[in-house]
Order: sequence, then C-alpha cells, then structure tokens
Amino acid sequence: MLNLPQIKPVHQHPSLGDLATIRGRLQTAQGPEYWRSLEELAGSQEFQEFLHREFPQQASEWQDAMGRRRFLQLMGASLALAGVSACSRQPDEKIVPYVRAPRGGMVPGKPLYFATAMTLDGVALGVLAESYMGRPIKIEGNPQHPASLGATDAFAQASVLTLYDPDRAQAVTTQRGQISTWNAFLTTLRTALEAQHLKDGAGIRLLTETVTSPTLVQQIHTLFTRFPGASWHQYTPVNDHTVQAGARMAFGKDVTPLYHFEKANVILALEADFLASGPSTLRYAHDFAQKRRLPGTSTAMNRLYVVESSLSLTGAIADHRLPVRPSAIAGLALAVARALGVIANGSATIQAQVAPLSRLAPYPPASEMQAHWIKTVAEDLWQHRGASLVVVGRQQPPLVHALAHAMNNVLGNVGHTVVYTTPVAAQPVDQLGSLRTLVEDMAAGRVELLVILGGNPVYTAPADLPFAQHLIRVPLCLYLGLYANETSALCQWHIPETHYLEAWGDARAYDGTVSLTQPLIAPLYNGKSAPELLAALLEQPEQSGREIVQEYWRSQYEGADFDQFWRRALHDGLIADTAFPPQEVQLRTDWLAEAATPAAPSPGLELLFQPDPTIWDGCFANNGWLQELPKPITKLTWDNAALLSPATAEWLGLSNEAVVELRLQGRSVRAPVWIVPGQADDVVTVHLGYGRWRTGRVGAGTGFNAYTLRTSEAFWAGRGLEVHPTGERYLLATTQHHHSMEGRHLVRAGTLQQYLEQPYFAQEMSHIPQPQETLYPPQDYEGYAWGMVIDLNTCLGCNACVVACQAENNIPIVGKREVQRGREMHWLRIDRYYKGPPHQPEVYHQPVLCMHCEHAPCEVVCPVYATVHNHEGLNDMVYNRCIGTRYCSNNCPYKVRRFNFLHYAETHTPSLQLLHNPEVTVRSRGVMEKCTYCVQRISAARIQAQLENRTMRDGEVVTACQAACPTGAIIFGDINDPSSHVVRLKGTPLNYGMLTELNTRPRTTYLARLRNPNPALGDAPG
Amino acid sequence: MPEDTGRPHVQSEPPSPIRGTGHTYASVTDKISAITLSRRTPRGWLLGFGVAFLVVMVLLFAITYLLAVGVGIWGINMPVAWGFAIVNFVWWIGIGHAGTLISAILLLMRQQWRTSINRFAEAMTLFAVACAGLFPVLHLGRPWFFYWLIPYPNTMDIWPQFRSPLVWDFFAVSTYGTVSLLFWYIGLIPDFATLRDRSQSSIGRIIYGMLAMGWRGAARHWHRYEIAYLLLAGLATPLVVSVHSIVSFDFAVALLPGWHSTIFPPYFVAGAIFSGFAMVLTIAIPVRAVYHLEEFITMQHLRNMALIILTTGLIVGYGYLMEAFTALYSGNDYEIFTLYNRMFGPYALLYWLMLGCNVLAPQVLWFRQVRGSVPLLFVIALIVNVGMWLERFTIVVTSLHRDFLPSSWGMYYPTIWDWATFVGTIGLFVALLFLFLRFLPMISIFEMRELVAETTSSDAT
Repeated sequence: MLNLPQIKPVHQHPSLGDLATIRGRLQTAQGPEYWRSLEELAGSQEFQEFLHREFPQQASEWQDAMGRRRFLQLMGASLALAGVSACSRQPDEKIVPYVRAPRGGMVPGKPLYFATAMTLDGVALGVLAESYMGRPIKIEGNPQHPASLGATDAFAQASVLTLYDPDRAQAVTTQRGQISTWNAFLTTLRTALEAQHLKDGAGIRLLTETVTSPTLVQQIHTLFTRFPGASWHQYTPVNDHTVQAGARMAFGKDVTPLYHFEKANVILALEADFLASGPSTLRYAHDFAQKRRLPGTSTAMNRLYVVESSLSLTGAIADHRLPVRPSAIAGLALAVARALGVIANGSATIQAQVAPLSRLAPYPPASEMQAHWIKTVAEDLWQHRGASLVVVGRQQPPLVHALAHAMNNVLGNVGHTVVYTTPVAAQPVDQLGSLRTLVEDMAAGRVELLVILGGNPVYTAPADLPFAQHLIRVPLCLYLGLYANETSALCQWHIPETHYLEAWGDARAYDGTVSLTQPLIAPLYNGKSAPELLAALLEQPEQSGREIVQEYWRSQYEGADFDQFWRRALHDGLIADTAFPPQEVQLRTDWLAEAATPAAPSPGLELLFQPDPTIWDGCFANNGWLQELPKPITKLTWDNAALLSPATAEWLGLSNEAVVELRLQGRSVRAPVWIVPGQADDVVTVHLGYGRWRTGRVGAGTGFNAYTLRTSEAFWAGRGLEVHPTGERYLLATTQHHHSMEGRHLVRAGTLQQYLEQPYFAQEMSHIPQPQETLYPPQDYEGYAWGMVIDLNTCLGCNACVVACQAENNIPIVGKREVQRGREMHWLRIDRYYKGPPHQPEVYHQPVLCMHCEHAPCEVVCPVYATVHNHEGLNDMVYNRCIGTRYCSNNCPYKVRRFNFLHYAETHTPSLQLLHNPEVTVRSRGVMEKCTYCVQRISAARIQAQLENRTMRDGEVVTACQAACPTGAIIFGDINDPSSHVVRLKGTPLNYGMLTELNTRPRTTYLARLRNPNPALGDAPG
Repeated sequence: MPEDTGRPHVQSEPPSPIRGTGHTYASVTDKISAITLSRRTPRGWLLGFGVAFLVVMVLLFAITYLLAVGVGIWGINMPVAWGFAIVNFVWWIGIGHAGTLISAILLLMRQQWRTSINRFAEAMTLFAVACAGLFPVLHLGRPWFFYWLIPYPNTMDIWPQFRSPLVWDFFAVSTYGTVSLLFWYIGLIPDFATLRDRSQSSIGRIIYGMLAMGWRGAARHWHRYEIAYLLLAGLATPLVVSVHSIVSFDFAVALLPGWHSTIFPPYFVAGAIFSGFAMVLTIAIPVRAVYHLEEFITMQHLRNMALIILTTGLIVGYGYLMEAFTALYSGNDYEIFTLYNRMFGPYALLYWLMLGCNVLAPQVLWFRQVRGSVPLLFVIALIVNVGMWLERFTIVVTSLHRDFLPSSWGMYYPTIWDWATFVGTIGLFVALLFLFLRFLPMISIFEMRELVAETTSSDAT
C-alpha cells in the first residue's frame, strides 16, 4: 500500500495453483450455489488476478520450461472458462436492489445499490453498497435505517477497503499456518464433535463478540440443546458492561437507555462521547443537530454541558466543558444529583415533587468554580424538566450510570428524552466475568474444543487474564477471523471469515431493528461466515449462509407471503417494526445501597483507555484509509500516543514525541507523548488498537499496545499511573502543526446572544470586495452554477466526509513517512483550531475542500491550462494536461491542492484495483489533484436529467462528503436556482466566505459557528 | 595573421590593463594562446577537472533517480511546493547576469577595462544559464512534457497560457540563453582564427578552423563583425533587465504574502548583478593567480568590480528595507505576519544570515585598503554568493511555509537529493569552466591586442 520508492512492496502473488483452485471449486461446489457465483466470480480475487496477471506472471517465469507449459495450460483454461461464463445461469438467490431495479439485467457502467448492514462490536448500521459490475466500491447510508438515516461513519466508508485488502486471510490454515482445506477442517471437526457427544459437549466452549444476530443466537441455542454441557462466552474489548450494570443497579433488570436528543434542550454528558463513539452515534448526531441547527426563523438552540477527562468531539462542540479526571466524575455526578434532590443525606429517595433547588449541597467541593458550575448546570437541567438529559459514557462506573438514570427520572425525562428498551445484545452478560470464567476453565483443562467467532481476544484480553497462555494448551481451537492475527497464530485452525459484503447475515441496530446483510460479491478468499461455521458445528456444513438466514426468518414469519416479506426486507435492508418497544421501568428505591460511595479523587496520575477514533479496538489496524485518517482532535495518523494536558506535560517536563514509560500496577509500556489542550490535568489518555504484533503490511509497526496496561480492574481507567521519561524520541505524523487561527477570521464563531443582537456579525468580520473591484470581465453563469455551504454549527469533525471523499475519488494513502513530510492526499481535510486558554480551549472544526473560487488564483498561474474554470463555475483539474509545476498550489490561499510527489496511486495490487471508482481517474505521479465537487456525480445526474428532458432538481446531486455527513452540515446545489437549499442558506446572516478579502469569491461558504453558553457561567467554555 | 584591426581607435578614460607592462601584439597573443595550445595538460587542471567531473556524475545520478522516482525525492511538500529547485534556478540565473552586463552594457558605454574579463564572464553566464535551465525542467512533476510550455502547433489545439509567469519565464530564459551564446560565440570568432593559425596539431587546426567559420581578418570581416557585435550588444542590453524582472514575476504575480510585491523586479535585477559580479570575482581571483594573468586582470579590475558589488549591494539592502516597510505600511495582517515570520520564525537564522552576507559584509568595501586586498575581496565575493542563495531561499521557502491558513502551515527540509542536485550543478559549472579555460582563450586576444595598440599610441602622445 505504501508506495514509497524505498519500500519494495512484497506482493503475495498467489501461485499459479490458483487455476487449480478455481477448477477445484468448479468441481466441488454444490451445483446451483456455485453457478450463481460464477458471474460474480469475475469480481473475485482469483479470477481477477488470473485475468490481470496472466502476462506479468508468465513473463517472470518464462525462463523455465515449466512456465511455458503452464502458460499454455492457462491459455487453454481461459478459453474453456470463457465458454463456461457464457452459459452461466442467473443467480437463484434474490439480491434486490434498493432503488433502481436492473431491468433486463445489469447495465454496464451503471452502479446498482444494495441495502446491507455493517456491524461494529455486533451492532448493525444499515448501509447501501454501491456496486459497479459486481464490485462493491462505495458505501452510502441507508436512509430507511434508524441508525443511519442516510449517513455513514468513517468505519463504514472504509469498510470497502477491508473487503479488498490483499492481507486478509486467504485460506483455511491448520497447525498455526499450514494451508489446508475446508473439507479437512470438517473432518477434524467431526471427529472432535463425536468425542464431545459422549460427554454432552462438556468440553465445548464458544467465544464470540457481542452477538445481536437473531439467526446466530438461534444456532447457538440449537448447539446447546445438542451439547448441553457446552457454554458460551462473550468478550468485546469495547463493551457496554458498565451501561448494563448501571441499568441493572437502577432498575433491577437489563434495559438499555435510548436517547432522543431531538427533544432535549439541555444535555449534561458525563464522559459520554455520544456524538462520535458507539453504534448509535450517527443517529444521535443527527438528532442532536436538529436542535443545534439554526433555521431561518427559530432562535432556539440546545445547550450541551460536557464533563470529561479527555477532549472528545462531543466535548469540542459543547457549550460548556469541564475537564476533570475520570475518577472525579462520579463525585461530580453525585453533586449534580444532590443538587437535583435525587439523594437526600445518603438515603435514596425520589423527591421529584420536592423543590430540589433547596437541597444544593455540592459534593465534593473541589473548587468554588466547580461548585458554581454544578449548581448552574443543575438549575438549567431542572428548568428544562422533561426536555433535559443526562448521559453517561461507557468509561464511567455503573454507579454514575445509575445516578444518571435517577437524575433523568427526577427530571421527568423518562419517556421523553430517554426511553428504556431491551438490550440489543442477545445475551447481555458481564463480558469480563465471562472471559474470566473461560480462562479459568482453560486453565483447569476443562476446555477441549474452543470455537472463537471473530474478535481478536489474544490481543484484546485484559492483561491480567492469561488468555493466550492457556489458549495454546486447548487441544482444539478453531478461529474464524478476517485476518491472520495474534489469535489465529495460537489456534489450530483458522477459517478465513467473510467480509460483510460477501456474506449473508443479520444483526440488530442500536434500537433493536433487525438489519439484513446480503452479499454483493462472492467471497474473495473462500471465507465462511459465522452462521456457516455454526452450521458446520451443527453438522450441517452444506447449508449456505443464505439458507440459514432465510430459514430462520421463514420460521419467524407469521404472515402469508414469505417471499414478498423477504424481498421487502432485503430491499429495505431491515425488517420493519423490529425495533424494541420502550419498556416501563421503575427506579428501585434501594439502588444506592448497592453502590459504594465513590472514593474521593486521590492525587497522582490516572490512566484512561479509549477506543481509537480511527482504528477502534484494533480491528481496523490494517485499513490504510483509517490509519491515515487524522484523528479528530490530535490530528495524528498512523500511531497512537499518550495524551497529556499542557500543564501535566510541563510538570513532567515532557514535550511532544518524547517517549515515556507508562507504568500501571506493575505493567509497563513505552509510548510517545502528545500534548492535547483541553485534556484534564493529571490524566493520561491512551487509545487502544495499536501495537499489533501480527497484522498485515499496513498495520505492522504502528503505535504501541495500550492493552498491555489494561486489566480487568483498570478496564477503562486506572489510578496510580507512573510516567517515566526515557529520554528517547519517537516521531509522530500529524497533519496539522499549528493550532491557533493567529487572529484571522477563518472559523467565525459567536454566541447565540451575539447572533440575536447582531445577526450579521460573521459577515462584518472582514472586508468583502465589491463585484466591480476586479480587472477581470464579469462572468455570467447561465444554467447551473454549483456551490456549497458548510454549516460549522453542526459540523462535529467526525471525519466521515474525509473517508467518503477518499473512497469516492480514488484518493491514495501515502504512508507515515510521507505524512510526516506533509504530503497527505486528502482532498477534504478538517482543520481544527483552538482558541482560549490551553486547559479549557474552545475547539473549532472546519472542513476545508476546494472553494471553487470564481476568481481562482490557481487558474491564472498554470502555464499549460491544466486547471480551468468551466461554465458551471467548477474549477476543473485536467490531469492529463498537468505537468506538475505546482504553481497552482503555491497560489492557492486555501492550500487544498494535493500533489502526487511520488507514484502514490495503487496500481499494482489487483484486488485493490477492483476498489477504484471507475468514474474517477486514477492519478499518476507528477500530477496535481484536488476536490472536484464530485463532478462525476454531477455528470451522472445531468445525463439522467437530459434523458428525461428536464433540468436537474435541487438535491439530485449529492457529493460524497454531503452524503456521508450525519448532521447534514454539508449542503451542495445550484446557486442559480433561487429555490435551492444552498441558496437559502447562502442568504442567511451567518453565511460567510473564507479569505474573501482576497477577492477569490469562493463558491464554498461557511455558516458561522454559534455557541449557546449559559449566561450564569459567563462566556467561558468551561 | 592580421596584425592591424579595422577597429576605430577610441580614447578611453578608464585604466588600461596592460599599460606600462611592455606587452606587444605578439606577446599578448603568445601569452593567452599558450594556455590553450600548450601540449601538456597541467596536473592541477587534471585534478580540478577530475573532481568537478565526479560531481557532475553525482548530478547525473541525482537526475536519473529523480526521473525514475519523481520529485518526491526532494523535501518539497504541500505548503512548500517549491524548494531547492527554484532557489537554485533563481540563484544561477542571477549569477548569469554579470556576463551580459559586462559584455553588452559596458561595451556600449565604452568601458575598455571590461576587455580582459568579458570573455570568461560571458562563459560564466552561459554556464550559469545552463545550470539554471536544468532546474525548471527537472522540478516539473512530469518533466517529459516540458515542451508544453512552447507554443507549437499541435493536435490538442492548445497553447500555453500566456497569463502565467512561468510561460514568460520560459521565453525570457531561453532568449537570454540564446543571445548570450551568440554573443559569446561571435566574440570568439577572431580568436578561433588565431588559434587555428597557431595550433600545432591537425585536430586543433580542423576544430578551431571550423569554429572560426573561415575568418581571415579581412577588413570587410572586421567591418561586419563590428556591426554584428554592436547590434547583439544592443539586443542583449534589455535582456539584462528583463530576465530577472520576469523571473521575479514568478513570485510577484502570485498573491502569496512575501511574494506579492511590486518592488521585486528592480530588486531582483540589482540582486542579480550583485551576485553575478561576486561570482566573476570568485572565479577571476584564482584564475588570475594560477595562470599569472595579473597583467591582464589587474587590481583596477578587481577594484571596479568591488565598487559595483558595493553599489548593487546597497540597492539590494534598500530592497530589503522597502519590502519590510511596505509590509508594515500596508497594514495587511498576512504581509506583516510574513515579515515577522521571516525575522523571528523557524527560518529566522537564515534571514539574519542573509542580511549579514548581503548588506553588512559588502560595507567593508567602502575602504580602499579592502578593495585593494585580493584575499579579502575573494572572501567577500564568496560571502555574497552565499548570501544571495540565502535570499532566494528566504523568498521561496519562508513565504510558502506559512501562508494564509495556519492549519496548512508546514516546514521544508531539503533531502540529500536536493543537495546532490544543487552541488551537482556547481560541479557542472566548474567542469564547464575548466574545459573553457583549457580549450578556449579565456581572455579576448584580439581585443587585448587592440588595447596594446591604443595604449602604446596613447603612451606615445
């Protein structure tokens, strides 16, 4: 992937045995199933390589006689296969397109969209996959899906890259690395299961991640009826155990809170990054933005208070943010709860009727300022009873969750801004306990057959559980996973898992909605899905994934016409009305009795674990798009770091990139330091997911392994951290070195109050030249004139647009070294600025892409007309005319142009070539490139409109960034159409252009950011 | 061998280099042509050329790698998309200014003292332009398409964009290169004839004979020669001003703070002459010592060049001052920041070093004793060469690395390949110079003879 000249990428060319594999598959495949896939086989790895590599491969083997003979074999075979494909039958299985039905089959060059679902930690996100000629190349949100509403996150956008990742596990392996076959595996399995039958499966253990899939759960239950002695363990490194435990503490049963941010006027978030982390973020961000966006007439905005230790994206958009150490949050929550009258003198009483403001008794009185803060927040929450909300993040202990439930109860929010439903996890368990039991069983030799479905427990298990140590002693261990990784290395059998775009399946979304996964391409690497592996355990290995899923739903369906129901479900990507209904919950009266009073914050450093914002728990470590995606706050790529506040760093005498040894409870790891304004003092935050020791070429050698310090005690946060400087340095790659706006009016921001008094404050911040102040003749744009507005008020900085742009426009990754040199290629970047004091800064995000200036400075300086203006106002880049003087970039005040300093484009790996969007040129070295406003989408819409003899409608062209945005912060359209959304927004007082004083006349403009601070707390963000 | 010239004798005030040295026509011819025609190649020459040749090999290696891999081997990046290539280009072009200035303008002004230095100053110009010309092509992302800058009829039906200063640049530099070459070659023709006539080897006679283009020294030849030479001088004169003005447009036309400035053309021209004379001094001093040409290149020459360096140095200093003043007076935040960033930013050291080299160091030339000291002049010339390189670095890099949006600010660090290319062109320059010294008369023989005629006649009166 890293196309550096110094690194010679070693392509693992499959041997010429491929043909044998293909032929073998032809012979062994079960009739109908295989023939169905033959057409799709054209898109499969082997076949593509077979076609593309024919000559290069032969060329390299030409010297020996064997090579020539094989070549002739191949020639013959390709002729034979050509004949075969001509008589392939249409698929028997129904894969129903979402929008445009392929009348009379697939139209070459026209994309089809299929609804499917991606899961992260077991929870589904409904998506539409765009498929060109049988190749899925782009993910869009599914507008009908409750968790997506048409938006996607960075993970979903990047998932297509994982599909084509050449480093994925490609064969069934045994004996820790020997290539074997599925049939050989089945033989072994059969023997093992026969042995287990004799003892009711007492030696069988199943280890999964969180499971929400109804089909899989039913299979598991069937397995247990057959093997009553077996047991099921679940472990996900980023799990919601604290949420579950908190709910159980408060209500005595397993429920999950679901929030309605669209109804909340005042929100208190306690270390809850609800806008950017977790399975429900897209929906929550969407709902939150509804209350944040300032429409033309309304002047109401929600108000967000955030208490957290490490600056999150939720904290970045907060109106008031209080940075405190993780252990102090419980005390703070308690103080707010007291202020609200939830707790009276230690005994738990619900006194919603009692005027709670009389009970103000701040706890703990950390400071005058904090006490005032708590009092003000409590008052604000109380004033908005029924429309306020207290949310808690998974890093906080159950007590804080329970307190939040109690507070929401007192505030009358239950049923309005928060409802309680059945947890989406089919069997919510204490996953830590579950894993511990498994380890104990393994240690005691009670485990004879361990089946690990997904995840990577060897890498992610808490450091105090000797999982790996005992795993190697399990007699038979089967692992189903996408990659050869740490876990597969210790298991006897590794079955390559199918990617979600290759497999049938189902899973529940955050609200319980059942979402269906359907394949868009035949498995590239002979993978098996979890239901297929379970079918093998149930001794029905011949069952296909489709049969399994469909059979399950046939058994569940009570209506008349199952086929119609099934088609509908596949078309929509979800099964309607399967969301869990809200439950009535009753706060237990004695819940507080269970809870220990939180220990008072002790001095010393604390460590906080967080899933990485781009590679999550490590499962995306080999995804180059996510590795190179600048992390939202730190703007780091390719590495994690120990995040410190400026004051703590100063106190420890550390600077950026200094390597420290972090010691926690006798365990240690070396990590580079990165100083983050807004981080709470005395807290070190580390992101999980890095430091993998067995991963693909992309993820190898990145970051340090924070799991080394993570124990079941200190699962999210640990006290007593020691930080020892080592005197070494480790170079990190950041995409933004400077964090202040230098007094320039780039991101314009004000308060709601300011806006009401002076609506045009943003426009008044700079001089805008008059139209006649130019030497150039006026340019009329007849017909369409494209323009964009970016609403900084609802932009969260979540990065979805950046990866969407990368996927849509074939943007290459360049590797860590090139990022260090400042050569990242993202056409769309998110600038992040800090303002104010370093311990409590205001944070601003600003997506910056080509402004498509009407007076584009880049155009006049190009000596060869490689960048020119078109009649619709687009600043076009003519790649094949560009000779690479780079003058345009020098003259671009926005620095949005990107240059192919080296040959960055991926043109060597066949599987990655499949990923390229055929509508977008792949750029060669020495060529400048930049945002085109997704001109290919404009063209597609124009062609469609012309075919229908009409003009393009507003909203018909949706740019990739716009489509991905969960909050609708990016709006694109025709500025010549007075009724278009973009024109309406450009007419609002908050609209401003960046650097308009240069008379560039940008087509992309911004809506100024507004904050809604509580006057009682002053204007400060804290 | 024509002993008389048809050239008008003009009385000139400036000092004549060979006054009172007792040189005659024959001794001048002997002395200068001997350097070229002597059979044995001096050891020192072999050594010097050998070293320079090795450096040229470094250049070739760097260029080959560059073409194979791309401009990414250099340290350029996204805010700083132009680096050493453009710095070196401007530096070399600047150095190339002295030759034409000496040959054309001083000829038109009848400054006879130019005679002994014009030949190698012109050669130096040519070699500097050759070095400079490499960079704009090499710095392209796709150098094999450099010819798209030329307006030639093509099937794409597209011309270069004449609004772009890079196109102007292309014309300015290629015109300058062509005129300099012609000027130099025409000036060499009578001397080629001398060498042809004096050469002992048949190869020499053939080669020099072809280069002499049948020159017989007839009066008609001299007549036409003089007219052609004067016309070319007239043609070359505006080029001295235009080339670096246009090079400065590459920067001045852009809207980048630190580039976008109307003072750039005069300030660049002055800087070019400044650096050009510094380079002439840098070369003249060792050459004169090694080949014992003190009688031809006298102290008076060195003193005159020192005065030109002092003068142009003051103009350059004024340019720096005005640049700072305009930035501050404009009230433009971006301009003020760029000035501040140059003075106190990450590259501040280079800025102050530049001021020290270009403004402070030449001030010692006010003193007659310094102007009379050859080693000191040599040192100052070297300092000015470094200073002018730093000036170009400051202009190119410090303006680019922090422009409008702080989010995209970055740093530029040259790589080994940047240095290899830069040092390689110095090697190329030196190697060409060595070849020139060995195979061509480094001082115009016939013009020196003219001088002998003039001085003896003036001595006689």
